[in-house]
Amino acid sequence: MSSLNKSPFLRIFLSYLPIIMLFFSVFNEFDFNYLKLDYFAFNFVHLLIFFWTLRNPNQLGYLAIFFAGIINDVVIGIPIGISSFCYLVLCSVTAYLRNITLSPNFMKDWISLLFTILLINSIQVIILDLVFLIKVDYTNYLINSGFTFLFYPIFFLFFNFLNERISYQAND
Amino acid sequence: MATGRDDFVIAIRSAFLKKKDKQKFSLLTLIFLSIFVIVLSNFNFKAIQVVKLGINEVIYRSTYIASIPENKLKEITSKIKLHMGLYETHQKELIKIENSEQLKLQNEFLTAENKKLRELIDESISSKDIFARVLIDKDSPYLKSVVLNKGTKDKVKIGMAVIDEVYLVGQIIEVNYSNSRALLLSDLNSKIPSVLEPDDIQAVVSGTGSNFGTIEHTQIDYKEGFKNKEFIAYTSGLGGLFKPGIPIGKIDNSSDGQINFFSDFTQLNYVKIVSYGFGGEK
Repeated sequence: MSSLNKSPFLRIFLSYLPIIMLFFSVFNEFDFNYLKLDYFAFNFVHLLIFFWTLRNPNQLGYLAIFFAGIINDVVIGIPIGISSFCYLVLCSVTAYLRNITLSPNFMKDWISLLFTILLINSIQVIILDLVFLIKVDYTNYLINSGFTFLFYPIFFLFFNFLNERISYQAND
Repeated sequence: MATGRDDFVIAIRSAFLKKKDKQKFSLLTLIFLSIFVIVLSNFNFKAIQVVKLGINEVIYRSTYIASIPENKLKEITSKIKLHMGLYETHQKELIKIENSEQLKLQNEFLTAENKKLRELIDESISSKDIFARVLIDKDSPYLKSVVLNKGTKDKVKIGMAVIDEVYLVGQIIEVNYSNSRALLLSDLNSKIPSVLEPDDIQAVVSGTGSNFGTIEHTQIDYKEGFKNKEFIAYTSGLGGLFKPGIPIGKIDNSSDGQINFFSDFTQLNYVKIVSYGFGGEK
């Protein structure tokens, strides 16, 4: 077991896992953003970007996030650049939070996430509805924002576990 | 007070301009780049269109490949479900076959009669079918659409009808070299001129973002009639893109004025892309 923990393959795989998860979620047809359930959806990509750019930004490059946004726009079929812009706004908030915080606090992160998600979803609605004249369902956005906020603690535990494994492997 | 403002400026500057060890670009550069991309995608220049088509081609193909394992899993699950409900489905099919034999004879007679009558008034409708496979069926809360594996090289054009068996499912809204995107009837932005039979009511079938549609632009007293009568929505052909009479969906007593589409948009594998020519048009 200890030899498995020190395996170079595992170390490389773990260090790339956030990027793999990011590209897998934007490329793949399966989307937490639309689970074919009434009044239930959340944005996994937002949670992923928020956690990793806040807690361990070295694992998720801004350029990769930019390209993931472009891919997401093309696959979903909305004008290119909107998701990239929203993801980068999310990164800006996390970068600011990182700079003003000495010791990370889960509750503060969680509340910041709510404001950030509401901000980026509002930006997306404004661009789609007012600039590109694409009709959007506001209720969907509101439900999506709510569940994304509520699901953060669950994904926080998972990502935090992963982050500890990555740090452990890197320091080993 | 001044120190607080300085701290804020330093934090903002550091967040936007400072690059971490593994970051090759600063946040500000990438934010400007994404704004630039959004602005460019609003213009219809030839060069931008070519770049857009290239990006679409590469990403659609990559998404198709990335989704192969998931699609296989879906296929297996649906086969298992089919096996489990085999007896029940068989019984239902037997009743359907019995009814369809009678309907087939009636249909053949009506089709022949319709053809004769159209000839009499010198009106003919020709159609050209292109069979396509659904490459990507990624639902999103923003746009209900599917990506098909036929594009400009197969003479697909914007506005062509997308048909599943005999039912209308949407229309082409974006065409690339080897693929195209079809907007489904369930999308909020979809509006199809239609006629509600048997009362011959002209209306517009509009998507809702969910798996049903609504009727728009009818008088209120017509809407009252939907509560206790069954209606079938067909294309009216008034838009000049589709031929009249393509079945869209049904409004029944239980649907509360909503249109239940005949086709299940989550199960689309193969569709027909159809263009229609009216009268002497090719």
